Amino acid sequence: MLGTNPFRELDLLRREVDRLFEGFASPPNRAAFLPGRAARSYPLINLYETADEVLVEALAPGVDPKSLEVTLQENALLIAGEKPRPAGEIAQEAWHRNERAAGRFLRQVKLPTAVDQDKVAADYRNGILTVRLQKSEAARPRRIAINAA
Amino acid sequence: MAENTIQQTAPQSTEVTATEATREPERFVTPPVDIYETKEGLTVVADLPGAAPETIGIDVEDGVLTIKAPVAEDAPREAVYREFALVSYFRQFQLGEKIDQGAIRADARNGVLTLHLPFAEKAKPRRVAVATG
Repeated sequence: MLGTNPFRELDLLRREVDRLFEGFASPPNRAAFLPGRAARSYPLINLYETADEVLVEALAPGVDPKSLEVTLQENALLIAGEKPRPAGEIAQEAWHRNERAAGRFLRQVKLPTAVDQDKVAADYRNGILTVRLQKSEAARPRRIAINAA
Repeated sequence: MAENTIQQTAPQSTEVTATEATREPERFVTPPVDIYETKEGLTVVADLPGAAPETIGIDVEDGVLTIKAPVAEDAPREAVYREFALVSYFRQFQLGEKIDQGAIRADARNGVLTLHLPFAEKAKPRRVAVATG
């Protein structure tokens, strides 16, 4: 551990704490951006819900679409894939900067409602994965007719 | 020993910054990059998720390489749970004398921009034969 810089570790910790508290005070309008190397869940996700559907967005640039696996099991969505390293052998001394993370990832997302297991569409565009799920009939809002005497 | 090791992990920029010297109201984030050297030149790889390839702007002016990528604003949807928000990307690099600035190639795929910056011919290593008497 000779190479670790304690100040850097402290700085990372401070940022992580800032990030944790950010959500309470205000919406995160400053981009929670993909620091590749910090120990946190990857990919970062956004979850949207409308009357009929649930939308999951994952920030995963540079992932080989063929390696991307999206699995739905009951109420959990599983996103797995691999972000490859730059191709070829690159000597240690040839690197000028190495800020992007690489490697395999796996993340489970719990869905807020029951969804239709058959109607799922996933789309990967410009490094963002979008999974569109239809709510199951029972989970959709229903208008109740009121009987007036 | 420790003095000789190169710190591979560069600090990640999570700060949103305004570009200096402009009054543009737009805000930007600094995308993380990989830069490595080959015999032919430098390769710059940048993560720009959410930026469409045709909107990424790459300029070289006075030896400064500028990467600028606007990102479409999020649709005004209510997020139940939010971990990220997309903000436009901006980053600049000073290019050395060795780079052939007219021959830069760019390629964008899956939200990742790859730039090839070839060395100028005169800067490439050349083996000089030693004449023996």
